[in-house]
Amino acid sequence: MDKNENQSELFDIAGQTFNSRLLVGTGKYKDFKETKSAIDESGAEIVTVAIRRVNIGQDKNQPSLIDYLPPKDYTYLPNTAGCYTADDSVRTLRLARELLDGHKLVKLEVLGDSETLYPNVVETLNAARILVKDGFDVMVYTSDDPIMAKQLEDVGCCAIMPLASLIGSGMGILNPWNLEIIIDRLSVPVIVDAGVGTASDASIAMELGCDGVLMNTAIAAAKNPILMARAMKKSIEAGREAFLAGRMPKKLYQASPSSPTKGIIE
Amino acid sequence: MKISINGKMQSFDKDVLTFETLIKEINLEGRRFAIERNGEIIPKSQFNKYTLNDGDKLEIIGAVGGG
Repeated sequence: MDKNENQSELFDIAGQTFNSRLLVGTGKYKDFKETKSAIDESGAEIVTVAIRRVNIGQDKNQPSLIDYLPPKDYTYLPNTAGCYTADDSVRTLRLARELLDGHKLVKLEVLGDSETLYPNVVETLNAARILVKDGFDVMVYTSDDPIMAKQLEDVGCCAIMPLASLIGSGMGILNPWNLEIIIDRLSVPVIVDAGVGTASDASIAMELGCDGVLMNTAIAAAKNPILMARAMKKSIEAGREAFLAGRMPKKLYQASPSSPTKGIIE
Repeated sequence: MKISINGKMQSFDKDVLTFETLIKEINLEGRRFAIERNGEIIPKSQFNKYTLNDGDKLEIIGAVGGG
């Protein structure tokens, strides 16, 4: 790969440069050891974490996520999973900023209901405005509505993260057309967040021109999470390279032989 | 004084209690966390200066696995 192609593989979010276009969650693993092994195998540099009450009275020496994933080795992306209002999500991320010593890069996700975990885009937009004004770099989970995606970009979000399908559903890319419209219209990175089930889903997202994919359950709930993490790494790279290479045009009604039509033995 | 910590009432047999002392009392020293008192974040740098009041409601949070 020449230097230019290599350069194009670098990935920029809010002024920070990353090599991997795969972002991963840290939930649902068997234990912290498996969490770390899967993440390292995936090559992901950005990892999402949730903010929750600490367990008071817990043994001080009991390991925590931070012991296994030191914030100096990974870029933490504290999220607002479980928040249903703009106020709750802003509060959560301000606490996260204090927890992580002024860390500004965050994932905003404001849910609409507990059955579908579908985003409440009105609350999301309100929260995004407040957080951007407060100095946060906001990567935002949203629906695949192109108008909403554009509005989130316009209020200053540094990455727009539309769902491929419902969180944790593994249903894959259900509306590639909407994702294409979003990718076409936005100038900030577009990262598919939620719904990826297996490697081909991640490749499809990247082939559409997404800048990255964020996933958790697809790896953590695989029978062999470490192997799936490796598969996802390859699928993201393959999809990205296929996008950069530019696919051949589709010919719906006319085949085209790969071998010469001249010199056939008579 | 009585303080609510993560939704649970706890009593402390002290007239003056700094956040620094409280953290030792509840065995959180050396762990990574952030504290909110009555909706307001208490900066780590102020733990030795800020004191608690009877009836304060604290939320003490940390990072856990999540997507």
